[in-house]
Amino acid sequence: MGFLSPEVPAAAACLHCGLPSHGARFCCHGCEGAYDVINGMGLGGYYLRRLLDPAARALKPEPEARTDLARNIVTTVDGTHTLMLAVDGLQCAACVWLIESILAREADVQTGRVNMTTRRLRLAWRGDMARADHFCQIVERLGYRLVPFDPACLTENTDKAGRALMRALAVAAFAAGNVMLISLGTWFGLTQNMGPATRDLMHWFSALIALPAIAYSGMVFFRSAASALRHGRTNMDVPISIGVILVTCMSLWQTSIGGVHTYFDSAVTLLFFLLIGRVLDQRARGQARNTAEQLLLLRAADVSVLQQDGSVRRMPQSAVAAGDLALVGMGERVGVDGVLESRHASLDTSLVTGESLPESVTHGVKIFAGTINLGAAIQLRVAATGDSTLLAECVRLIEAAEQTRGKFVILTDRVARFYAPAVHLCALSTFIVWWALLHRGVSDSLMAAAAVLIITCPCALALAVPAVQVIATSRLFRAGILLKSPTALERLALVDTAVFDKTGTLTEPSLVLAGHAPAPALRVAAAMAAHSRHPLCRALVHASGGGRMEAGVIEHPGQGLEKDGIRLGSRVFCGLELGEAAGPELCLVQPGETPVIFTFAESLRHDAASTMDVLQKRGLHVEIASGDQLPSVQRVAAALKIADFHGRLSPVQKSNRIEALRAAGHHVLMVGDGLNDGPCLAAADVSAAPASAADISQTVADVVFQGDGLAPVAAVLRMARLASGAMRQNLALSIGYNAVMLPLAACGYVTPWLAALAMSSSSIAVMLNSLRLQRVKL
Amino acid sequence: MSSLLWLIAISLCLGSGALALFLWALRSGQYEDLEGSASRILFDDD
Repeated sequence: MGFLSPEVPAAAACLHCGLPSHGARFCCHGCEGAYDVINGMGLGGYYLRRLLDPAARALKPEPEARTDLARNIVTTVDGTHTLMLAVDGLQCAACVWLIESILAREADVQTGRVNMTTRRLRLAWRGDMARADHFCQIVERLGYRLVPFDPACLTENTDKAGRALMRALAVAAFAAGNVMLISLGTWFGLTQNMGPATRDLMHWFSALIALPAIAYSGMVFFRSAASALRHGRTNMDVPISIGVILVTCMSLWQTSIGGVHTYFDSAVTLLFFLLIGRVLDQRARGQARNTAEQLLLLRAADVSVLQQDGSVRRMPQSAVAAGDLALVGMGERVGVDGVLESRHASLDTSLVTGESLPESVTHGVKIFAGTINLGAAIQLRVAATGDSTLLAECVRLIEAAEQTRGKFVILTDRVARFYAPAVHLCALSTFIVWWALLHRGVSDSLMAAAAVLIITCPCALALAVPAVQVIATSRLFRAGILLKSPTALERLALVDTAVFDKTGTLTEPSLVLAGHAPAPALRVAAAMAAHSRHPLCRALVHASGGGRMEAGVIEHPGQGLEKDGIRLGSRVFCGLELGEAAGPELCLVQPGETPVIFTFAESLRHDAASTMDVLQKRGLHVEIASGDQLPSVQRVAAALKIADFHGRLSPVQKSNRIEALRAAGHHVLMVGDGLNDGPCLAAADVSAAPASAADISQTVADVVFQGDGLAPVAAVLRMARLASGAMRQNLALSIGYNAVMLPLAACGYVTPWLAALAMSSSSIAVMLNSLRLQRVKL
Repeated sequence: MSSLLWLIAISLCLGSGALALFLWALRSGQYEDLEGSASRILFDDD
């Protein structure tokens, strides 16, 4: 017990979730209940050993509509049910222990294991399938949030590729170690009169170990090289493969004729070094992709569909058919495109159109997926799924934009284009000079040519770029920035123009309390608002600093909240005769006091101004492309000192603006969050989206950044430039090394031990240079 | 001379044993959750 430094709760913090509780022991009933459950089961040690993670979701139980679990349960023939769930709210290892312990108390649970890296819970049990609901409930009661998912649609493929790489690495490591051991023996033996028979035996042993290892581990490179050649292209794997194969054949031939030198050790060590680079690269990117998937998964919303018999069933978006009647509760996100059946609705469409103020729509108007229902629960008739939806339109635009983007050729491939022919030409000319001009015999000439191939084998060169990428990617990952595309860093380094969307990107994704509100009224209102999931109520609670929760509050859906004559809600609900509201607002009436009106507005992200300043100081051209009304775009542009702005742009116009910039020779970074930004994210040279962005925008974007600031945009650009610099230094380093060693090899001075030494030292130099990025302050 | 043969054979056996162990560990999913495994040894068994 107490292996982590015990947490001392601040006097005014909730004992369960750690949020401010204004003097009380708990901030709400949910937390009190969770605390009792944990202590009641004798698991109170949890509170002593946990460390609250401020970045994770607070451990506050929030009742939420139960999703339909049945469709994700897999049942095997022996009657075992398995369910995979994404877990939200994990703070530290103690949470893993708590969840696993509490599930272990259930007699029929066979496995309840949390993977802390991927933040997923695997649940297996026997017997009744419907028990899943109960299991989820006991975990959710503690404040975690569980989202079921189908493991088949996630990362399965990358997992397999990762394991194949690991196996190849293990085999190469084994072979490299043993062959090097034997080679060392022969090298020292050469200076101490080792007999030719012993030497030959050693060479045969080396061949015995090296050949299968090269055949197995080398496949990674051979396959990639073959597929590049088939498509008439070349990449770094081509010179690697040719080098390894030729050197192996040469060494085998030398062994068979009893030659002095073989290069098996070089060939295997080369594969070993390169595979380390590949595995690390795969890991770093797998981790970033995993987290990006998790973000999307936790937001995947089910759709409530009204059945014939009047009951409501929650089903995934894909299972909803056109013509179904969908229900959207207050504060809920609309999951499907449809036509409004209710008389009236107030919608937050910022994620779809970029419009910052709520929109009022009436019966028969089309509503798009991704909007948030701010008013009373509404019903909508699901529109024809397929080509007519806004989403489908955006997907079509994105596909078109991606085609025009063309294929970006990464740095190493550009180098490989001239590198491979050059080294093979060098080796060939070495052979010809030795054989035809110096008349040294086929064997000696071939050995000289092989030495050239070994020395020029692009070990350091092939590590030059991946090493930098791995370190930069994991450094950014720790800062909450997810690099999804392997070429993103190189493309980011070229950026000279940054285009920002306004709503949700430069501004906060949700509305905030505007103007001055009297503190006592705010406290009363926030205590009531804590009961509602309505976005305005959330903003109110946020403004008061996460207040206490009032007991006995009644929610009148779509109208407001009430308790003992105190009312919080719309003007009509509060009985105020003041005419139409100018913007989003909440009214508070208390008996015997003057009514208070809280107004809400969009606010700039806290570091928007400083980030724009940094970008412009670095010489980037910054502009705003928004779908919102021109005056509000103008206001934001003025506040951020951005001279170039465009308002009222449709997705197509936004995309055209990006194309125009690119046609003028600029390299454009697009930062956006909305559904309407999808096409221009795809059209830009490189794109970034905040984690609050629409699903499709996050999927398209090369970079996804977490947190509530814009500073990551500046950080990722800075890191990209540093990384690009480090890549170039590495390339210069390894090409310089080749330039020095190549003449020596061509003259026949390079023996196997010298080759091994030179190859390792150049690789290590490149790695050390890349490691400098680890210390960069973002 | 024969000692050399023995030593090489033994080292190869040990090496391939280790390789086999690693491949087994990889196959049985022990590398799937490195972060969790690091903390798990500290949990109480109950």
